[in-house]
Amino acid sequence: MSVLVVIECANGEVKKSSLEAASYGSKVASALGTSATAVAIGDVQADALTRLGEQGISKVLLDNDTRLHDFVAAAYVKVIAKAAESENSTVIVLSNSNIGAAIGSRLAVKLGASLATNVVSLPQINGSSFTVRRGVFSGKAFSDVELISDKKIIAVKKNALDIETASGGTATVENFSADLADSDFATAPKETIRQSGDILLTEAEVVVSGGRGLKGPENWHLVEDLAKALGAATACSKPVADVGWRPHHEHVGQTGITVSPNLYIAVGISGAIQHLAGVNSSKVIVVINKDPEAPFFKAADYGIVGDATEVVPKLIEAAKALDK
Amino acid sequence: MKILVCISNVPDTTTKITFSPDGKAFNTAGVQFVINPYDEYALTRAIELKEAQGGTVTVLNVGEADTEPNIRKALAIGADDAIRVNLKPTDAFLVAQQIAHYAKEGGYDLILMGRESIDYNGFQVHGMVGELLGIPTIAPAIKLDVNGSTATLEREIEGGKEVIEAVLPLVVTAQQPMTEPRIPNMRGIMTARTKPLKVVEPVGQDAKTSVQNYELPPAKSGVKMISADSAGDLIKLLRNEAKVL
Repeated sequence: MSVLVVIECANGEVKKSSLEAASYGSKVASALGTSATAVAIGDVQADALTRLGEQGISKVLLDNDTRLHDFVAAAYVKVIAKAAESENSTVIVLSNSNIGAAIGSRLAVKLGASLATNVVSLPQINGSSFTVRRGVFSGKAFSDVELISDKKIIAVKKNALDIETASGGTATVENFSADLADSDFATAPKETIRQSGDILLTEAEVVVSGGRGLKGPENWHLVEDLAKALGAATACSKPVADVGWRPHHEHVGQTGITVSPNLYIAVGISGAIQHLAGVNSSKVIVVINKDPEAPFFKAADYGIVGDATEVVPKLIEAAKALDK
Repeated sequence: MKILVCISNVPDTTTKITFSPDGKAFNTAGVQFVINPYDEYALTRAIELKEAQGGTVTVLNVGEADTEPNIRKALAIGADDAIRVNLKPTDAFLVAQQIAHYAKEGGYDLILMGRESIDYNGFQVHGMVGELLGIPTIAPAIKLDVNGSTATLEREIEGGKEVIEAVLPLVVTAQQPMTEPRIPNMRGIMTARTKPLKVVEPVGQDAKTSVQNYELPPAKSGVKMISADSAGDLIKLLRNEAKVL
C-alpha cells in the first residue's frame, strides 16, 4: 500500500498545482500509515523534483522520455499505471487540471478505481470508508462522496488546500521507464500555441476581471494595467467574451473557467449567478461597480461603488506604490 | 459519418441551488432543466458536420423519463434519432459504461459530449468512455473538423492550445468557442415529435462512488464598502487586513 502523486511539470519546474497535490498526497499517506511516492512526467530538472521532499515526498520516479514533454493521454496513463503497479499504490493524487482529468478518467477504468475530481478536502477515513468533499453545481455547492473501490484516485482542486513545506526535506529521484511505443503517441500534438508572457489564469493567486461596465475594448487597458501592477492574471465575464472584446479562454463563470485565487477583483461585472459560480471559491472578492444594487456586492468582501474609469486608475496608482 | 452525441439533463444555469433539510437530495421543485450547456456545443457541431458531409446524428441520454423533453429538444435542433438509457445517472463510471455499451453497438465514428455537466462537474465520462472502448479521447476540444477518416482538433491546455490530428473513431469533448449553439425552429419542433426515441435498459449497475450529502458554501459575512474618492485605501486593506497582496 502506498500513495502515488502525479507531478505535472513545465519549463523545468513543478507546477504549483502539483506542489498542492504533493502536499495533499503526503498527508493522506501519513493518515494511512504509509509513504508518498511521486511520478513526474514532462520537462523538468531533477533539482526541482528533489525539493518535493519539502512536501513530504520520499521518492520521485522520473520518466525522461522527451516525447512526454507534450501531453499525450495514452502515454501518460501508461507511465502512471506502471508506476502505480510497481509502487503498489492504493491512492493516486492528481491536480484537477485538463491533464489531471484526462489521466484520472482513463486510469480509473484501467485500474478499476473510484475517482473524485474537483476535491477540496482531505479524506475522512473511517475503517473502510473513505470520503472526500468536492465542488458540485459549478461552485454553488459541495458534496461528500464516498470512494467505494479499493483503489482511489483523487484530483485536487487548485488553490483549495495549503501547500505544507518542511524546509530541508529531500526526495530521491529514480529514473523510470514505461517502454513506450510510437503507437502510444498517436494523438501527439502537431503544434502547440502558447500565449506569451501572461500569468496563467488557472494558476494565478490574484485575478483582475472585467465586464461590460468597462463600456468597450478601448478601456481594457485598465484591467491589464491593474493586473500588471498586482502581478495578476486577467479574466472577463461571459458577455465580454461573447461580443469578442476578449478571447473565450479568459471567460470565467459557470460555462467558462472556474478560478479560485486568493484575490478576485471584478471590475464592471454585475455578478449574475452564472458568473458567481465560477469565482465564489476565491478567498477574497473585491467588486467595483457603479450600480450600488449590483448583486455581486452580496458575494463580495470589499466593494467600491463608482465608475471603473475613475476608480481603477486610483487602484493602479496605489498598487504601484506598494513595496514588493 | 455516424456521430453519437451524449447529453445530460441539468438545472438551468440561473437555478438557485438548495437541498433537502438532511442534505441528502437536491431540491428539484420549481427547477427548470435544460440540455447541459457544454453538450449543446457538441450537439450543434455534430449537426454542422452532418450537414456538410452527410451522415447521422444520434443523441444518447442516461436518465429517467423526465429527461425526455430535453431529448426531444435535441431532436428539434437537428439530431436524427435518440436513445435514452433508463437509469438515474448517479456516478460517472455508471454513465460511461452505458455510453460505451451503446456506442459499441451502434458503431459510431465520433462520440461527442460536453466537457462536463454543470451539476456534477465530474469531467470524467469522456476519458472513461474512451478507455472502455479502447479509443483516444481529445478533451477539452475547442475546435473540431473532420476530413475523411481524420479529425483535426484544437485542444485547450493551461496557457494555450494544441493542434492535434487523430484518426477516427474518437471521443471528443466540446466547449466554447467550438461553435454557436443553435436553438430549435418551429419546423424542427414539429419534426422532432415523430423522430425515433428508443428507450433501452441499463447494462450493469457498477457505481464506483456514492454521494453521502450536499452542503452549501458558507455565506459571506458582509461586504466592507470603501468610498470611490479614497479607492486607493482598498489596496492597503488588501495588504494589511485581508493579507492577500
